[in-house]
Amino acid sequence: MNPLYIILIVVGVLILFVILLFNSLIRLRNQVKNAFAQIDVQLKRRNDLIPNLIESVKGYMKHEKSVLQNVTNARASVMKATTAKQKAGASNMLSDTLKSLFAVSENYPQLKANENFMQLQEEITGTENKIAYSRQFYNDIVMLFNTKIQTFPNNMIASHLKFTAENSFEATAEEKKNVKVKF
Amino acid sequence: MRLLFNEVRSNKFKSLVLISFFIVLLGMLGAVIGYVYGSLLFGVVFSVLISVVYILISMYSGDSMILSMSGAREVTKKEFPHLFHAIDGLSVAAGIPKPKAYVIDDSALNAFATGRDPEHASITVTTGLLKIMNRQELEGVIAHEMSHIKNYDIRFMMLTAVLVGIVTLLSDFLLRSFLWGRRREKSDGVGVALIVVGLVLAILTPLIGQMIKMAISRKREYLADANGALLTRYPPGLAGALRKIAKDPDPLVDRANKATAHLFISTPFRAHSGFIVNLFATHPPLEERIKRLEEM
Repeated sequence: MNPLYIILIVVGVLILFVILLFNSLIRLRNQVKNAFAQIDVQLKRRNDLIPNLIESVKGYMKHEKSVLQNVTNARASVMKATTAKQKAGASNMLSDTLKSLFAVSENYPQLKANENFMQLQEEITGTENKIAYSRQFYNDIVMLFNTKIQTFPNNMIASHLKFTAENSFEATAEEKKNVKVKF
Repeated sequence: MRLLFNEVRSNKFKSLVLISFFIVLLGMLGAVIGYVYGSLLFGVVFSVLISVVYILISMYSGDSMILSMSGAREVTKKEFPHLFHAIDGLSVAAGIPKPKAYVIDDSALNAFATGRDPEHASITVTTGLLKIMNRQELEGVIAHEMSHIKNYDIRFMMLTAVLVGIVTLLSDFLLRSFLWGRRREKSDGVGVALIVVGLVLAILTPLIGQMIKMAISRKREYLADANGALLTRYPPGLAGALRKIAKDPDPLVDRANKATAHLFISTPFRAHSGFIVNLFATHPPLEERIKRLEEM
């Protein structure tokens, strides 16, 4: 066979490989973006529920001002956060303050019997779970994406195609330290 | 995740095989009936046509057939908020669209998923299960069903339920029609041979159906348990749920039948034991499933 043909075939196969890799990476990166948006949806949903929660417990928890204040502060910091790491840290903080709010609410039998409060508690617990699941899904996809661009031979091409590793939705040690739970 | 992708492909392929098998089988049955009643060709063409139409109907409304057969009704979030939260959360974890939620008003503890693909799927649980399970256990059950949906088990299992169901019905009918036909027929060689073939087919089809269902279910349940545990990242949830199901004093789901039994998370009939029952069991023993979950 003519060596020219061999070279042409090799080049053709290489081009095909790059095209397929590029497309699958684009697909994965879009999935990463979509998964991140899913987390945002759930974070926003929880933030929307909190004012109602504060409203419904305010009347009962007169001596727990600091608990309520912590929740409100944490909610504000979730809204301010922009990067994945900041959001993860703020979200963890909010989860912890909500946990302590629900723990404290155990001391108020009338509050626990309140229909509106019970509904809100179920709604917030459900949303907390969804946040956890959407984070899990996001981290899974990010790991898949990162593994794909970092393994051989993809790593030789991916960097030239401007694909860089994505951050997983995890709080750094420093952000974890900021979480203070007061009882 | 790559493994799951292979699972999806294998399920789509198996669905195709099942469909072809169904068409060939019905065509053969049609040939026998056609021959007995005068025209072989007409019998084949007619029965293949019927089977294609029936397959299309099964594909697009098999799930509603199964749901109404089981007495399931769609529910609103207001009625069972925690069921909705579990389904919402796990569909997010699995990265698939949110399936519709149905319940069966029955005290037995059971659940199933059906549909043709993740975009057209539903999860059904009994009200008994909703009452007894705590949040982790309910999530375990829903995660098990979610993985059936994600890897297209639901398509294959729905088709099996609907196609095998009709084959069983047909072969019952055939057996009777042969008993009639034989009296009128003059017994020449070919006629007798065909009748024998027909009889064998008529007896074999329900058996084949059983074998298919068995083959698809036992391995599949283990796999769905494992994938479900991967979704919740908490195997004790599903293990706890299965333990409660094992202790269920009345596992009979009133409106479950042989055609739909393999869809459920645990067999919807009363506990039997014995060699034959085990041979045709659609589900692996609960103790074994619990053991595997505990070892994760």
